[in-house]
Amino acid sequence: MTSKVRTLGDAIATHVRDGACVALEGFTHLIPFAAGHEIIRQGRRNLHLVRMTPDLIYDQMIGMGCASKLTFSWGGNPGVGSLHRLRDAVEHQWPAPLALDEHTHAGVAAAYSAGAAGLPFATLRGYLGTDLPSVNPRIRSVDCPFTGERLAAVPALNPDVTILHAQRADRRGNVSMHGIVGAQREAAFAARALIVTVEEIVDELPPAMNGIVLPHWIVSAVAQCRGGAYPSYVHDHYARDNGFYQRWDTIARERDGFLAWMNRHVLASRDHAAFLASLQEVA
Amino acid sequence: MSDWTREEMMTVAAARQLWDGCVCFVGIGLPSAACNLARLTHAPDVVLIYESGTLGTRPDVLPLSIGDGELADTAACVIPLPEVFSYLLQAGRVDVGFLGAAQVDRYGNLNSTVIGPYDAPRTRLPGAGGATEIAAHARQTFVMLKATPRSLVAQLDFCTSAGFLAGNGARARTTMRGAGPQTVITDYGVLKPLPETDELHLSALFNGVTVDEARAATGWPLKVAESVDTLTPPTPIELETLRALHARTREAHRRPVRLPA
Repeated sequence: MTSKVRTLGDAIATHVRDGACVALEGFTHLIPFAAGHEIIRQGRRNLHLVRMTPDLIYDQMIGMGCASKLTFSWGGNPGVGSLHRLRDAVEHQWPAPLALDEHTHAGVAAAYSAGAAGLPFATLRGYLGTDLPSVNPRIRSVDCPFTGERLAAVPALNPDVTILHAQRADRRGNVSMHGIVGAQREAAFAARALIVTVEEIVDELPPAMNGIVLPHWIVSAVAQCRGGAYPSYVHDHYARDNGFYQRWDTIARERDGFLAWMNRHVLASRDHAAFLASLQEVA
Repeated sequence: MSDWTREEMMTVAAARQLWDGCVCFVGIGLPSAACNLARLTHAPDVVLIYESGTLGTRPDVLPLSIGDGELADTAACVIPLPEVFSYLLQAGRVDVGFLGAAQVDRYGNLNSTVIGPYDAPRTRLPGAGGATEIAAHARQTFVMLKATPRSLVAQLDFCTSAGFLAGNGARARTTMRGAGPQTVITDYGVLKPLPETDELHLSALFNGVTVDEARAATGWPLKVAESVDTLTPPTPIELETLRALHARTREAHRRPVRLPA
């Protein structure tokens, strides 16, 4: 048996290169914060970031200068308001210009599904009556060859690397996840390389007849990372820290405060355990 | 003299629009409060779908995000997100979709993308999320937003989600299956589309609000129904249920999260 177990630092160093197209997925649940922080620590640049909901993790990566392009469909702090670092990049090009490839949730979900299936594009009855196609040349249309109906077409998403967080994996690299699973399975199968951080690595996963298991041969590396989704959450392990999401609005509002927080908690911490410990010191 | 707030009346007015058994695509914020108020009062069998994939959701406290664990814990089932948008929404299996926006125009078209030009925005908003396809495919939509001349505008800066497009039947000539925004709930009252032109007009006012006040909060010359209804103020049961829901929510969101060790 070949083990897929790596340290998170090694997995990021091996698979995430400057300029790569990277998707850190997880819809509110299971957001791979530890992996995003490691990408920031390793100083990656010019990434094309893909995520349906950029969330705090991309706010942090964009604010720290990792990204030059963003494919997304909803860029806010859920239930709170703006992502201030994303806004600063779009409105004032700080710290760098950010090209937008903007879609709808249905469009990104369809594009991942096409990517997972090895198809060149996805069709959907989408983007109807909106201005989005006029600002995004990647949203086009195609006529149904059977009915003639005009449908929206978006190119398949095939990230160079997809990064996920999940409840558990075995050493061979089989990954199991449950709870809200978003478009993670599609993003995983669409990727050229797949890194998964997990709460625990076990000798053997229990049989899961209809559960979501990412099979070992599509997984490039698994890294154990307890708390790796914090401040998002992991069902049956820890809850979403809604208070942190509310505090982020203040932390990220101004450039100086944001950089000070990132320096103190992310850059000065050698790994995710140290990051979590640094938050305890504040409390 | 009233002992309810405009926001409470908005929530109650939206909740009353839902019927028992209706399949409802819920958004975060006021819509989520309204849908759960309906479920806890007159519509116990309303089916609440959150776009994160929770079907038949019965949360005890309101979620902060669209994917809080509370939603998964209280759902009949949780499905992958692509299925929510394709099998349920696009396939026409949602009765009511709730939408909010930064701007709405007289034909119920919505902007949640940008204020100012797209390439040089004054204010970058979150964007479409699920809204564009909810607006297209839900059998009807309810729009909720607070009214000011900056939110009820003559001209959108960007059209994120289609209402009746240019009006006068324009929407009906597209491939959109849903009937569009049938009810717009503001903090002064309710707007509904006129049958021929699709233009939103004032159909009902909250108790104690005047037509002049509604006109002043609207950025286009607001047409007014021949007889404008006055909405029944929130009943004691509606208010008690809504306030208890918010109190439970505040307490739950204050609870400290134990950091994973």
